[in-house]
Amino acid sequence: MSAVSVRDVTVAFEAFRVFDGLSLDIEEGEFIVLLGPSGCGKSTLLNAIAGLLDVSSGQIWIGGRNVTWEEPKDRGIAMVFQSYALYPRMSVRQNMSFGLKMAKTPKAEIARRVHQAAELLQISHLLDRRPDQLSGGQRQRVAIGRALVRDAAVFLFDEPLSNLDAKLRNELRVEIKRLHARLGKTTMVYVTHDQIEAMTLADRIVVLKEQKVQQIGSPDEIYRRPANLFVAGFVGSPQMNFIKGRIEGSGTGPEFVSGQRRLPLAEYRFVSKPRPGQQVVLGVRPEHLEIAEAGTWPGFKIDIVEPMGADMVIWCSDGEGSIQVRTHGSRRATPGTPLTLGVDVGQVSLFSAETGERI
Amino acid sequence: MSAVEPHGRRPRHLTIGRIGIYAFLITAALFFLLPLWIMIVTSLKPMDEIRLGNIVALPTAPTFEAWTKAWSSACTGLECNGISVGFWNSVRILIPSVVLSIAAGAINGYALSFWRVKGANLMFGILLLGAFIPYQVFLYPLVRIFSMTGVYNSLLCIVLVHVIFGLPTMTLLFRNYYAGLPLELFKAARIDGGGFWTIFLRVILPMSTPMIVVASILQVTGIWNDFIFGLTFAGRENLPMTVQLNNIVHSTQGERAYNVDMAATMLAALVPLVVYFVSGRWFVRGIAAGAVKG
Repeated sequence: MSAVSVRDVTVAFEAFRVFDGLSLDIEEGEFIVLLGPSGCGKSTLLNAIAGLLDVSSGQIWIGGRNVTWEEPKDRGIAMVFQSYALYPRMSVRQNMSFGLKMAKTPKAEIARRVHQAAELLQISHLLDRRPDQLSGGQRQRVAIGRALVRDAAVFLFDEPLSNLDAKLRNELRVEIKRLHARLGKTTMVYVTHDQIEAMTLADRIVVLKEQKVQQIGSPDEIYRRPANLFVAGFVGSPQMNFIKGRIEGSGTGPEFVSGQRRLPLAEYRFVSKPRPGQQVVLGVRPEHLEIAEAGTWPGFKIDIVEPMGADMVIWCSDGEGSIQVRTHGSRRATPGTPLTLGVDVGQVSLFSAETGERI
Repeated sequence: MSAVEPHGRRPRHLTIGRIGIYAFLITAALFFLLPLWIMIVTSLKPMDEIRLGNIVALPTAPTFEAWTKAWSSACTGLECNGISVGFWNSVRILIPSVVLSIAAGAINGYALSFWRVKGANLMFGILLLGAFIPYQVFLYPLVRIFSMTGVYNSLLCIVLVHVIFGLPTMTLLFRNYYAGLPLELFKAARIDGGGFWTIFLRVILPMSTPMIVVASILQVTGIWNDFIFGLTFAGRENLPMTVQLNNIVHSTQGERAYNVDMAATMLAALVPLVVYFVSGRWFVRGIAAGAVKG
């Protein structure tokens, strides 16, 4: 039995269809991240699961119950928002107990749950403050606490870290992951446009673009075997290198050819059989390129060096186009130096130039 | 001439343009302050002194006699109980009208901006249209409706009229204010299990203080200054202060008692005057909120 199941759901605003027959199954205890650029419909999907948005057709199941027509409060969910959405005129304690009060929970039970959640999130000392007396990170902790006391089976996060600065974002990201591990069987659905958050948090990532699911898979699958050009380009920073070329058949097997650059594809795991002469795009992640003495592709020159401490990104070109290489931060690199690149065939991706799909 | 090394605050020079601006501002201020000055000094003079004709001069022996007379014994037609009757009538009209119209406007604005009722935009459009139709058009139909339903010429009648005519502005004011609140707050409250009234009373209304203040200012001054609705709908027993002021000024026997007229006018203007002075900043804010956002 899956914890959350979106079955053939269509959401429409007036004539505009946001989703057309979208389906998604989420297992119990799973951490699912909905990843995509703004406007891809990820928040709409989350709102539909929460019941804050009516679906035009299809069903939403949560915990084995069809909740399509149920109010948000009856769906067994809790939600955390980007803008924290704390009630400004209530203290932290009142914020956290508001939902339980609405549900007519006994006072002692409310106090117990608020205390427990506050301990877990280390906000016990803030319970009597008002939201405007808290920092951004503290506010989001309180918002998570408010979700926590609901004892919900499913947690929905709508870009919860996007309003925080980089340092706090990293801290809270780890904390959310720790929370998920500690709660055990709680299912989490997390919406973000930040691929780092998606990679670090998710058991499975759902990549969305223009209201369509592009790929569903573990972070590793998404990163190493992206299903199409969009996923390949969206996930990973610095971005994957894309090189246009074609497939040529030779005695030893198919080969990728782009101008002077060639790459034998004998060890490449094809999804579909390539045709000789087919126009393709080769995708290589910057860290899968090697600066080698006797590499695959000679004749490059260093353009620009971006040191990042632990590693560095070298932009180099051979007159046909620029390529990024990620290498150790300790390497010495000076612009203008000639370079030979080694390519690991086991790590590259090939896409059809026509459809953008992986081949 | 040695050049001065620029440091610290940039020096300001009095330019001709600046002098012009000040001259204009002072003239404008005088233009609006002079009538008030004349009214106050005249109301403090006895008639003998007024007859001398120095209307701008300070009173030689200030007396509050005219004020007392205006308040308690000036004649408004046949009765001579002063303007105090009208004052209390106005208060009785004002309080329920202000409270009810603000409540109705806040609920309307809340429903329109958060609950996305079907046809909400159309309803809002019609309501706004109502705000632009001249009041005079409604007078006769309303008189007919009220007399048919039997509430004509009563306190209830005048309060209803003020609530109805306050609705477009109040709704606009609150809808625009609520449109600026984060929608996520409302979503959070729905997940927490709040219904229409709970969310309004527990979450939204506590955040509405600035708009309630602004709406109160608008409604208090508007309703207090109203003349035509009071004259038409309130009935003889409940005539507001503005109508009684008009009666005092126009029912003169023999010599016109300028000092009493001025004192009565000042008394009638006191409430809006106090409201403006106490809340000038909020008032401007309210006008801006109502006018700028669409």
